Amino acid sequence: MALRSTDILTQTPQGLYCPLGDFHIDPVRPVQRALITHGHSDHARAGHRSVLATRETLRIMGVRYGEGFAGSTQEAPLRESLRIGDATVRFTPAGHVLGSAQIVIEAGGTRVVVSGDYKRAEDPTCLAYEVVPCDVFITEATFGLPVFRHPDTRAEVRKLLDSVALFPERAHIVGAYALGKAQRVMALLREEGYDRPIYLHGAMERLTELYKSEGIPLGETPKVAASERAKLAGAIVICPPSSIQDLWSRRFPDPVTCFASGWMRVRARARQKGVELPLVISDHSDWDDLCRTIRETGAGEVWVTHGQEDALVHWCTARGIRARPLHMLGYGDEGEAEEPQAATAEAGDGA
Amino acid sequence: MNRFAALLDRLAYEPRRNAKLRLLTDYFRHTADPERGYALAAMTGALTFKEAKPGLIRGLVEERTDPELFRMSYHYVGDLAETVALIWPAPGHQEAAIPFPQGGGDIGPGHNNPPHVPSLTEVVETLATMSKSDLPAKVAGWLDALDETGRWALLKLITRELRVGVSARLAKTAVAQLGQVEPDEVELIWHGLEAPYQDLFAWVEGRGDRPETSNPAPFHPPMLAHPLEDEDFGKHAAADFMAEWKWDGIRLQAAAGRDGDGRSVRRIYSRTGEDVSRAFPDLLEALAFEGSIDGELLIVREGRVQSFNVLQQRLNRKAVTPKLIAEFPAHLRVYDILFEGTEDLRALPFAERRRRLEALVARLADPRIDLSPLVPFASWEELAAARADPAAVGAGPDAEAIEGCMIKRADSPYLPGRPKGYWYKWKRDPYLVDAVMMYGQRGHGKRSSFYSDYTFGVWRDGPDGEELVPVGKAYHGFTDEELVKLDRYVRNHTVNRFGPVREVEYGKEKGLVLEVAFEGLQRSTRHKSGVAMRFPRINRIRWDKPAAEADRIETLEKMLERGEKEVHPLKDRQTERSKA
Ligand SMILES: [Zn+2]
Ligand SMILES: [Zn+2]
Repeated sequence: MALRSTDILTQTPQGLYCPLGDFHIDPVRPVQRALITHGHSDHARAGHRSVLATRETLRIMGVRYGEGFAGSTQEAPLRESLRIGDATVRFTPAGHVLGSAQIVIEAGGTRVVVSGDYKRAEDPTCLAYEVVPCDVFITEATFGLPVFRHPDTRAEVRKLLDSVALFPERAHIVGAYALGKAQRVMALLREEGYDRPIYLHGAMERLTELYKSEGIPLGETPKVAASERAKLAGAIVICPPSSIQDLWSRRFPDPVTCFASGWMRVRARARQKGVELPLVISDHSDWDDLCRTIRETGAGEVWVTHGQEDALVHWCTARGIRARPLHMLGYGDEGEAEEPQAATAEAGDGA
Repeated sequence: MNRFAALLDRLAYEPRRNAKLRLLTDYFRHTADPERGYALAAMTGALTFKEAKPGLIRGLVEERTDPELFRMSYHYVGDLAETVALIWPAPGHQEAAIPFPQGGGDIGPGHNNPPHVPSLTEVVETLATMSKSDLPAKVAGWLDALDETGRWALLKLITRELRVGVSARLAKTAVAQLGQVEPDEVELIWHGLEAPYQDLFAWVEGRGDRPETSNPAPFHPPMLAHPLEDEDFGKHAAADFMAEWKWDGIRLQAAAGRDGDGRSVRRIYSRTGEDVSRAFPDLLEALAFEGSIDGELLIVREGRVQSFNVLQQRLNRKAVTPKLIAEFPAHLRVYDILFEGTEDLRALPFAERRRRLEALVARLADPRIDLSPLVPFASWEELAAARADPAAVGAGPDAEAIEGCMIKRADSPYLPGRPKGYWYKWKRDPYLVDAVMMYGQRGHGKRSSFYSDYTFGVWRDGPDGEELVPVGKAYHGFTDEELVKLDRYVRNHTVNRFGPVREVEYGKEKGLVLEVAFEGLQRSTRHKSGVAMRFPRINRIRWDKPAAEADRIETLEKMLERGEKEVHPLKDRQTERSKA
């Protein structure tokens, strides 16, 4: 007889927990054994006894927290099954950021997929999402409302380039999360033929170097020196979202404030942040892709971890799929508003 | 249409005037006739089709979306047109719209031929001629063809809610910048022109003659005042200035002249040059002069100026019916004159213009147009006293519609824009009270994702000792940055949820103190506390102040008794604050 889904995975204050293998997935507090889906700081935290993650995610954690971020680490080769206790576990690409993976757990003939954060849209900086048919699919719902339909990223990047052409005397300051979004924006600019240097805020530097060392071509990306800022008319500068409004960005020549995020789809959100050029570029699935992915997995049961859970649960229920919201705390949640201000540069889920 | 939409989208986010100008000029330069002319008409409010009702748009979207998902989305986005633009299930993109097919099977890839994307010209021309019954199907077809931004712009356009921070004046200035033409020259011929303005574009681009129309009642950019700062008193001698009341109305410019055939042409302009004549036929009737005067639109009933709320009720109605006019009679209280006949008075000193204006108003002898009286004063202290209690120095029952004083140099010329050193506005001081946050509510529209409306209370004696009683609700006064912090505070201190409202922690030991500013107090039986505040706003967030030290209801009671009689209701507090 197949196991019940809750025998395989339960919810604890630390996060999702698999009793059969005695491990947590993306725990928000230190645990004995953590399996990490990807390097965003709300999923990958320091201080666990042992960490199992993809090679890239381990490298990212090393850059963010220093090499001693866990008691021990183990690399999870993609698509290969590992035995942990009474469960079989495998990591599969999630398409979210470099190294991001879904975690597939099988036991007693039941398969549960914890997708972490994921997207279906093309991204030159990471492996594409792979659908894994399953019984229980555990999904995020950051953009879980039908008003969120991410547009073609190329058109968004062209919007930026058009603005640079129209205002050649102004610097374009692009707010983007330091892990994933920043590098994706750089790669997209290169794909559109932009070959001038792309300037980086210091907080972007090490992760960008890591991407480059993984063989992702991003071109020339110098760090902005403080003395240089006033001279960067017409330049594109990438910085953490928290820096677009602060003193740092005001030193640039008549800056145009841009922000690359799925939230930019909603005007009120863009205005609240004082954004003048919103770029709707997201590393999460939009509504259509959330729905499509649920259907493609064929799951009869869906758990929604965080975001706009209610709408997605409603959608599933109307289609005869059992669904429940987990209302999990500590993940991206509905907005940057709840992130600690000072930590945004490092923290922050790549919305 | 997508190109026009992209322009509007960009303008809506761009705060800088010069950048807006560049965006507009760039659009006009790279867009062909007649498309750019209709864009200009859309931005100057010169399009005349009948607007579509929000109900029509709701109806269309409800046929195509799950009502529950639409409800959640609308709640989240806060704006109907934007929600519809985003949620609209375009062909081939129908995941949200179509029920899951019974027995599996995928939704087809949609239409093979992409739908035809309408131009703005097509939209405008179609709307001008189409019958009402054909409208829904046509609009649906357009929505299918456009992208999210295009849909948003279309919906804003057809519901006549296009507000992207571009004044008519700015749009005309952008046209002027296509060539070597002064914006005022465009202004002078503007009101004889019609969309799509091919003759205008040909002229400014040097391809044609100046259009043969001249506007006998043109708009002239108004002169604006600076807020008065404390240090200004030291810089200026009271004797050099004249003062008027600052009325809580709407600034208007009324112009009248004669066209080539000797017919009287009368127009009323908003501060930004929008021709709003059609909204005020009653006032138009009263403009039996030639020239251009500057004043405040008020609603006056039986000789008494009504509050801004009453004025707003007239402005909110789209159809100007005889009943509306009778109920909300428009009144112009004038304070300056720019032209008399064709004589330009703008270089004259203010005192001299004032004499000319007084004479003109006396000749008109129309109860709908009167003079804004001068406030006599010999010293700044005297003016401060007058400002604090206008009723005592002759404002009578109109005192309620007075927001403060306007102070103008007697020798001031009339200069367009906001020149320094001539005109000042001196608003009345608000009252302040320290209250404790009790509830946070999700905002509307652009703040729908934040807890941005705060109910606050002050201490009073209750059956079980001191308790907080709510005294008001405020949803502005804070910066966007503070909003983020307040929102986080609400989320992190929630003790109860009621729909969109969260109750936060409050008590003697815990709670957030808000310094609330307000314009006045009234007794109210609808409020538990017995008082209602006028225009409360968050003046300061007192992160530092213990909740136990917030004000008590007696403080408000005393303010109520005092009325607005005192010169400086805030004096004590202000000194306390400047020390802090
Ligand atoms: Zn996340
Ligand atoms: Zn993430």
